[in-house]
Amino acid sequence: MADQVKLFGMWASPYSRRVELALKLKGIPYEYIEEDLSNKSSLLLKYNPVHQKIPVLVHNGKSIPESLVILEYIDETWRNNPVLLPQDPYERSMARFWAKFVDEKILITTRMVSFTTGKEQEQAIEELTEQLKLLENELKGKPYFAGEAIGYLDIVVANFLVFWFRNLQEALGINMFTEEKFPIIFEWTEKLVKIKVVEECRIPKEKHLVYIRTRLEALKSASK
Amino acid sequence: MEGELVLLDFWPSMFGMRTRIALAEKQIKYEYREEDLRNKSALLLQMNPVHKKIPVLIHNGKPVCESLIQVQYIDEVWNDRAPLLPSNPYQRATARFWADFVDKKIYDLGAKIWRSKGEEQEAAKKEFIECLKLLEGELGDKPYFGGKDFGYVDVALVPFYSWFYAYEKCGKFSIEAECPKLIAWAKRCMQKESVAKSLPDPEKIYDFVLQLKKAFGIE
Repeated sequence: MADQVKLFGMWASPYSRRVELALKLKGIPYEYIEEDLSNKSSLLLKYNPVHQKIPVLVHNGKSIPESLVILEYIDETWRNNPVLLPQDPYERSMARFWAKFVDEKILITTRMVSFTTGKEQEQAIEELTEQLKLLENELKGKPYFAGEAIGYLDIVVANFLVFWFRNLQEALGINMFTEEKFPIIFEWTEKLVKIKVVEECRIPKEKHLVYIRTRLEALKSASK
Repeated sequence: MEGELVLLDFWPSMFGMRTRIALAEKQIKYEYREEDLRNKSALLLQMNPVHKKIPVLIHNGKPVCESLIQVQYIDEVWNDRAPLLPSNPYQRATARFWADFVDKKIYDLGAKIWRSKGEEQEAAKKEFIECLKLLEGELGDKPYFGGKDFGYVDVALVPFYSWFYAYEKCGKFSIEAECPKLIAWAKRCMQKESVAKSLPDPEKIYDFVLQLKKAFGIE
C-alpha cells in the first residue's frame, strides 16, 4: 500500500514551512492543504483537537501535530538521507536544546520587537541581537548547524530566522539582522539557498510583506 | 559506560524530579547537587549560561539542559534497560506531543493557582482541570501513559503530583474529585521506587509554597 502523507499548513507560517522543507529534503511525496486560520477546517480540528493549530502531518490517517515533534517523526519514519537529527545522543540533545531556544526564547523576543516602540523596542532589539549571537556561535567552524550537511537545526533556524524574520524586520522598518552583525549566519544562508528545495520552501517575500503589514495594522488598531 | 554524572537540581523542582526519576528507572549512579537559586553556583552558570536554570545534567563534563531533553538523552545513552520512549515512531511522536502539552500548560496554570486569587485563580483552576481531563482522556484505561509500562509521559507528568496538595490548599479545591482516574494513575506511579524516592513530601512542597507567597507578598 502506498504511503499517504498530508500536511495541513499555512503559507506564512515558519513552522509549516519547516515541515515542508523536511519532507522535500527527504523526497517524500505529500498532499498540501492550505488552512485559512480565520476559518479552520473541520479536518484540522479533527486532526489537532488539543491545540487546533497548523502544521499537522497526517500519515496514513494518523495525525502528528507540533512542528518539532513532526520533524523527529519524519526523520524516524523515513530513514533515507539526509538524516536530520545527529546520531550521537549528546549532539542530538544540543540540536533539541537550540531548536527549543528558537521556538521559545527567540520567538518571545521577536514578538516584543514587533509590538513595542521607542525605548522598549530598543531593549527588545538588543536582547534579540544577543540571542542571535548565541545561535550564531553554534555555527562556528561548521558549514551547517548539523555539521557537514543540512539537518534539523538548520531547518528550524532557516525557516524562522532567515525566511520569516528577515521579512518581518523589513515590514517593521528596522534593520538589525545584517551581514555586518551576523557574518557567519549570512554565509550559512548563502550556502542554504543554493539547495533547490530550500529556495522552493521560502515564504514568498512580497506577499509576506503585505501580510505582515496588514496583521500589524489590525493588531495595532485592535489594541487602541 | 556510565562515566561521571552530576545533577544540579533544586529539591521542589518538578523538572528536576523528571531527571531524577529517569536516572532511577535506569538505575544509574550520579552525584546530586542542591542549588540555592538565590545564590547560583559558578558551576551552574558555567554549565547553563543561556538559561542559568536547573536541572542541569553534566555527563563527563558536558552539560545537557532542559528536563525533557535530559530524559530523552538518558533514554538514548542507557538504551539497554527500562526504555522510556516506545520504539514505534508514531507512538514516540504521541508521547512527545503529550509531554510537550504538559510543559506548555501544567506548570504555568499551577503557578497561577497558587500565586493569584479571585477571578484569575478561578480561571486558572478551571483551565487546569480541563487540561488534566484531556490527559485523563489520553490515559484511558491504560495503567500508564506508556501503556503497560511506565514511560516518557508518565515521567513528564508525575512530578506535578507532589505539587497537587499545594495547588488544592491554595485554590481550595479537590483535584481527586474532578480527576479521579488521574489521581489513581499518580498513586500507581508512586508505588514505583524510582518515583517515590524522587518526589518530595507534598506537605514540604506546601510549606515551600507558603514561604514563597510570604516572600512575594501574596496572601
